[in-house]
Amino acid sequence: MTNTDWPLWEVFVRSRRGLSHTHAGSLHAPDAELALRNARDLYTRRGEGVSIWVVPAAAITASSPDEKDPFFEPAADKPYRHPTFYEIPEGVKHL
Amino acid sequence: MATAAAHRTARTDADGARTAVGDTAEYERAFDAAVAADERIEPRDWMPDAYRATLVRQIAQHAHSEIIGMQPEANWITRAPSLRRKAILMAKVQDEAGHGLYLYSAAETLGTGRDELLDKLHSGRQKYSSIFNYPTLTWADVGAIGWLVDGAAITNQVPLCRCSYGPYARAMVRICKEESFHQRQGYELLLALSKGTEEQHAMAQDAVNRWWWPSLMMFGPPDDESQHSAQSMEWKIKRHSNDELRQRFVDICVPQAESLGLTLPDPDLRWNEERQQHDFGTIDWTEFWEVLKGNGPCNEQRITQRRNAHAEGAWVRDAAAAYAAKHTGETGAKQA
Repeated sequence: MTNTDWPLWEVFVRSRRGLSHTHAGSLHAPDAELALRNARDLYTRRGEGVSIWVVPAAAITASSPDEKDPFFEPAADKPYRHPTFYEIPEGVKHL
Repeated sequence: MATAAAHRTARTDADGARTAVGDTAEYERAFDAAVAADERIEPRDWMPDAYRATLVRQIAQHAHSEIIGMQPEANWITRAPSLRRKAILMAKVQDEAGHGLYLYSAAETLGTGRDELLDKLHSGRQKYSSIFNYPTLTWADVGAIGWLVDGAAITNQVPLCRCSYGPYARAMVRICKEESFHQRQGYELLLALSKGTEEQHAMAQDAVNRWWWPSLMMFGPPDDESQHSAQSMEWKIKRHSNDELRQRFVDICVPQAESLGLTLPDPDLRWNEERQQHDFGTIDWTEFWEVLKGNGPCNEQRITQRRNAHAEGAWVRDAAAAYAAKHTGETGAKQA
């Protein structure tokens, strides 16, 4: 039996209530329960979190860096999605 | 994707894409441009094989150093002079284990499995920092390690937080935050001894005498003899040369030693008004290469203890895996 058999887990930590979980790192563990415990010991030794998610790394589908440009292209030519696109006369308030 | 998530398939993806497009030069240009623009390279990006190999070698050696580094200090846990010191030392040694794990994770994003890395450590095919091949003879050594060894490590590691490889840089940010406690506890410990009885003061001085030179060696061979330096600087894995960091460390330590009331064991150490830096004596590089080759005082002991710890922990890993296999249905954590 070697570590090869232990799946990789990605760890997400909520640093305090009101904030979303953020990726903290990864670790190996045989099951979800131990992944959580290991994550607590590894990523929250100094009170860095109030909640942890562990996700099997194999369950994550990632966009490919090779397709980066075409994949995100559709957003690039739509400046009208930003509020700064619009000209508003000076003095108009609450807009 | 910035996570380690897809590291298992990263190489296949990159290679597959490369074959399909058939234009390595284009990938290389994109890589060079990203490095030049101070952007970070992430796991699934194309990267030159030599860049990948250099990172694996460096991160693995770094990870191995963290976990081997647990040994010389753990040596004193049962004999810490007070409960306070004992709790501090345990927390520090636990941190070192954590640092090793952050780094193994970073290495894995490059497509090298953890078992493979551990195997290479155990069989001597990958190295760890030579500093851990020196013994911790007295309690004061725990202080000297914290102040000097962790101090040298911090000097080395702070620039690594801006390393061009994202996962390594992120691991270093975490590590540097935690190292600061390591260094301060060591300094405080030495200060207590230095201000204690005559015997305690002598013990502190002796520890500093023994750890000073090996700490300076931690920065690696002089620039003109460092085989990987130039390329690593070009890739922005490394940001400063060995000699530059060593000089920085010496300049930081001199006033700190004064505040401790201890001396540094180097008759040639003096302020150079012209250079606005300290001059210091010649390092015994023969000793450095000997320890690196395996002839240091504790090389054999460290690696034997590591191998034994791994072998003796096998039943725990087996039990955890067996338990997981039995409960897979309940936890829904079945993995390929």
